[in-house]
Amino acid sequence: MSLVQKDLLGIAVFAALCACVPVLSDSGVVLNFLMMALYAALLAQAWNVLGGFGGQFSFGHALFFGTGAYSQAIFQLQWGLNAWLAFPLAIAMSTGVAVLVGALSFRYGLKGSYFALVTLAFAEVFRILALSVPFTGAGVGLMLPLQESFANMQFSSRKGFVYLMLGLVSVALLATCWLRHSRFGAYLQAVRDNEDAARAIGVNPFAVKLGGIALSAALMGAAGVFYVQVFQYIDPGLAYGPGTSVEALVAAIVGGMGTLWGPVLGALALHTLADLTRNLFGQLPGINMVIYGLVLVLIVTFLPRGIAGFGQAVRAWRHNKNG
Amino acid sequence: MAELMLELKSLSLAFGGLQAVDKVSLGVPAGSLCALIGPNGAGKTTLFSLMSGFLQPDHGKVYFKGQDITGRSPQRNARDGLTRTFQIVQPFAQQTVHENIAVGAHLHVRSRAIALERAEAVAQRVGLTAQLDKPAGDLTVAGRKRLELARALATGPQLLLLDEVLAGLNPQEIAEMIPVVRALAGSGITILMIEHVMQAVMNLAEYVWVLAQGQLIAEGTPAEVTSNEKVVEAYLGHGTAARLRANP
Repeated sequence: MSLVQKDLLGIAVFAALCACVPVLSDSGVVLNFLMMALYAALLAQAWNVLGGFGGQFSFGHALFFGTGAYSQAIFQLQWGLNAWLAFPLAIAMSTGVAVLVGALSFRYGLKGSYFALVTLAFAEVFRILALSVPFTGAGVGLMLPLQESFANMQFSSRKGFVYLMLGLVSVALLATCWLRHSRFGAYLQAVRDNEDAARAIGVNPFAVKLGGIALSAALMGAAGVFYVQVFQYIDPGLAYGPGTSVEALVAAIVGGMGTLWGPVLGALALHTLADLTRNLFGQLPGINMVIYGLVLVLIVTFLPRGIAGFGQAVRAWRHNKNG
Repeated sequence: MAELMLELKSLSLAFGGLQAVDKVSLGVPAGSLCALIGPNGAGKTTLFSLMSGFLQPDHGKVYFKGQDITGRSPQRNARDGLTRTFQIVQPFAQQTVHENIAVGAHLHVRSRAIALERAEAVAQRVGLTAQLDKPAGDLTVAGRKRLELARALATGPQLLLLDEVLAGLNPQEIAEMIPVVRALAGSGITILMIEHVMQAVMNLAEYVWVLAQGQLIAEGTPAEVTSNEKVVEAYLGHGTAARLRANP
């Protein structure tokens, strides 16, 4: 079996397993957990495309999330578009913003912490803009009317949203699989590892990074659309605040950057942890961020390749002990 | 002289007050294996960066296959058939040797399968077959030099600029590498190499240019330049040639 087939089989098995859960269980707790864990996985996978495969560490991925979410709401509320029609348009808006921000940052060769700061700044600028302009509802935010029907992408049961999210996560996994086995993906990783060496053998780093940020933002925008459809509400803090950016990057780093399954594992692990701590400490606000920070420190110290690199780390440790 | 693959016309570049490359003109004939030598800090690597497009000259022109390529990006030059390697090896450390070479092979091939296949063939040419599945970061210095060469080779270049592919290797490794370079030249690729290992230069190069303090001070066959007084003095200091003549 080729490497591509192995990846595809893994994705099929994962999707099938997740798809079984709503069939077997009607429990709101179980379905909600699965939905939110998959949602976290999508955020992490989106970040992983640019951060993990492209080596461009964004601290402002909420920029693309929020643009997707706001676009979805505005297209429905103010343009009267159907939710399913608004969906691809909202993704296009996220991608457009990404190409603009990417072109500006990459044109001037911003890397590492400079790129991280610029993305963070752009997200903040958009948050303040969303607070001030009228068509985003300013500080009040936008609320979608509750009209539960398939046609409105508002499902009466959580199951519908679970399947929708599972579909999006599967698309993200397929996109990641494509990155692992395509020229574009090879170029993206080459630019991550050494930009000059890549240029010397014919890679255009600007175009490659622009493609990376566009794909990453499209997935992030889809997560934003999903958020609005589930919670029917968006405001500047939820859309462009640092919470979403942090959630996306921590899960991807904890799980394993530049891998297929790392972001999914990271999102599942963090989400389980967050739920457990919520039960232990009650609704202590911000406790999940404290836990995230702690886990991040531990992982970066002891498992720099993340959960997905656990096996490798153990082998290396054994090797060092014996050798 | 045969048709020129690469021609430099009065190329100059200054870094602030330091004239790194000073009115250098030279022509590399198609199909030849030539060398650029000179003491440390002579500006050899800078000259390579000017040829490949990593740096822009202040004055002068670069012609590749008769075309003016001055100021073109390295990626554009690579697509046209001019590829360089780096003196300080630059592997894509997180990827395997196979994947590293495949990035080069992708230049003219979209398909992943074909690129990986070609990468394997290139690995064989430079003697990396046994290391294909190793992470590039785990290679020895000699392995990394081979990888550097393999990646450039995978792009299917017409002109290969090799920046000290032998530096840091032990005599055994040098002896293993020399036939590899010779075989590449034999396959029709024009090669210009920067080299400090004189054994290799004498052994491989048909024609040699000597650069000192940014200027070309001599050129000719390896035997001619090594007996040139200016060259001896550039390496060993002013007045040495005369002293050597007095007490051989």
